[in-house]
Amino acid sequence: MNAIVCVKEIPDPETPPAAFSIDPVAMKAIPAKDTPPVISPFDEQAVEAALRLKDALGGKVMVLSMGAASAEKVVKHALAMGADEGYLLNDSAFDNSDSTSTAYALASAIKKMGEYDLVFCGRQAGDFDAGQVGSGIAENLGIPSVTIAKKIEMADGKAKVERVLPDGYDVLEVSLPTLVTVSSELGEPRYATLKGIMAAGKKKVTSWTAQDIGADASKIGAAGTRTKMLKLFIPVQEGKCEIIEGENEEDTAIKLALKLREAKLI
Amino acid sequence: MADAKGVLVCGECVEGGLSAGTQELLGGGRKLADTLGEELSVVLMGEKVADLAQEAIKFGADKVYVIESPLLKDYTTDGYVGAMEKLCKQISPNILVMAQSSMGRDLAPRLAFRLDTGLTMDCVALSIDPDTKLLQQTKPVYGGNALSVVVCENGRPQMATVRSKSMDPLDPDDSRKGEVIAFDAALDASAIRTKKLETVKEEVEGVKLEDAEVVVCGGRGVGSPEAFEPLGDLAKLLGGALGATRPPCDEGWLPTNLQVGLTGKMVAPTLYIGIALSGSSQHLAGCSGSKTMVAINKDPEANIFKVSQYGVVADYRKVLPAFAEKVKELLAG
Ligand SMILES: Cc1cc2nc3c(=O)[nH]c(=O)nc-3n(C[C@H](O)[C@H](O)[C@H](O)COP(=O)(O)OP(=O)(O)OC[C@H]3O[C@@H](n4cnc5c(N)ncnc54)[C@H](O)[C@@H]3O)c2cc1C
Ligand SMILES: Nc1ncnc2c1ncn2[C@@H]1O[C@H](COP(=O)(O)O)[C@@H](O)[C@H]1O
Repeated sequence: MNAIVCVKEIPDPETPPAAFSIDPVAMKAIPAKDTPPVISPFDEQAVEAALRLKDALGGKVMVLSMGAASAEKVVKHALAMGADEGYLLNDSAFDNSDSTSTAYALASAIKKMGEYDLVFCGRQAGDFDAGQVGSGIAENLGIPSVTIAKKIEMADGKAKVERVLPDGYDVLEVSLPTLVTVSSELGEPRYATLKGIMAAGKKKVTSWTAQDIGADASKIGAAGTRTKMLKLFIPVQEGKCEIIEGENEEDTAIKLALKLREAKLI
Repeated sequence: MADAKGVLVCGECVEGGLSAGTQELLGGGRKLADTLGEELSVVLMGEKVADLAQEAIKFGADKVYVIESPLLKDYTTDGYVGAMEKLCKQISPNILVMAQSSMGRDLAPRLAFRLDTGLTMDCVALSIDPDTKLLQQTKPVYGGNALSVVVCENGRPQMATVRSKSMDPLDPDDSRKGEVIAFDAALDASAIRTKKLETVKEEVEGVKLEDAEVVVCGGRGVGSPEAFEPLGDLAKLLGGALGATRPPCDEGWLPTNLQVGLTGKMVAPTLYIGIALSGSSQHLAGCSGSKTMVAINKDPEANIFKVSQYGVVADYRKVLPAFAEKVKELLAG
């Protein structure tokens, strides 16, 4: 069972709103001070999904990222968790991609990476929250896709996937190879062990340019986009909070209840 | 591309009716179509859905495309993408909108790539640029910390999925007239590569979280599954529903379908009470449509106070019992 996992480096999505700022001209977030970028959380869970299959069935897990040179860190993170090989698409020709050109570039790399049964992605990247690239890779590769999965098993040469619904889940059977996007309901990703970190340190991440993957220049970076961002801004919040205070907690609680009653809310 | 015309809503049918999201999209789509001076159509897909065509017209559609097939009984990516691809190639819509629902999240991206066009997911507002006539798509990004405005210049239809409760449905009008067109998508069973084996329902008793007028939400700071019980009791007392941020769901303290936020449920109650949660942008994405928000948090700097109308800075465990007691007393008399 061979799996490929796509992981993206993003500004820490848990940055508190008060510390969040953007560059409106470059139309990007400015990473908060002392907050290093991270692997997009659902992608970490996608790595976990692949490793669970490897634990059960053997085979290898390959990790792929497109991004700045610093994205090697998120590939190494996946290697430290237990993945076998790492690949990084790093070329200024990929700059200013949107979902369309990203999916094309990743699919082109996947074709070069060799045999696979499954491709895993996160359900959405924690920066732009698009939730498109997984389906786009599958479309480019001509393979089926199942999105927002919480459990993936193999049975009779097919994958059995649980897809999260608002009130429950569907159990789907899908032919291989297939692409699956992973949601948080999968469960916590494993921690990297010290041994894993040491082993990952020794592994070389293969770096590819647009030319290395034989990408069509008209389909990558800004040239290959189908959407254009006109504006990025932080909405103003004019909210005003009335802090209820009492002599003690009990008194405060009663005052709050009375206040809500007065406002006809209860 | 130049001759792409009309606004198409991809409808969803639920237990014998149009989904709330479809009604909202017909309301929003009507405005876009009127601004452009183009038609508003809706497509309904399923095994038997023709009965809903008149309802779609009442809610604003000029035209209803009905695609019926036993292969569309269950949602499958390949079946629905295939049907939509055929319809779009036949009628060349200018704009195509869907709900940011389980179906829309899966169908919209795959279809956009199939049609080689641009898509913006999870929009909270759509408008027509008066100069370029392009669809301006407003979408929260960075978990909701920022908003982006996106257009699709090359590629038709211009595609967007729309967050629930961000558009208003029209009042249904029985006198509205429209055209119903049966469309044969000529689906091929062998092209459908996924099969649904079963649907497992995990419904929560009582008021549905998405529809509740009062939502009591607890966060990581609640501390344990047992500690959530009084929050559930308070929700019940107020005739509302219990929700949570992601950590209590991840920890298994509560079922995952109680998660409120960007990747959970969207709620817009009259009263939201947030207890021991910090107010992350991803959580607020799911509840910032609440009319009145109340926060109880021991940290005065917590972000939730920035978006709430009433706040209590305290250990919630010391506040909640007396609050529930007083509420009970007020409701009784
Ligand atoms: C792509 C993405 C999608 C996400 N989607 C969602 C989503 O849909 N929904 C969601 O909720 N999260 C989501 N998250 C996670 C989100 O970023 C936050 O991690 C999460 O919302 C934090 O939950 P919290 O506020 O309960 O916990 P914390 O941020 O840890 O806050 C706990 C709060 O409780 C307070 N507290 C502790 N003890 C007490 C006490 N005894 N009395 C009073 N106050 C107390 C603390 O002061 C603190 O403010 C997502 C994250 C990503 C990256
Ligand atoms: N630059 C990238 N490098 C690697 N994987 C990516 C990249 N962008 C997106 N992905 C994958 O596609 C998923 C969905 O991304 P998005 O459509 O941008 O929300 C992510 O969770 C990743 O698994």
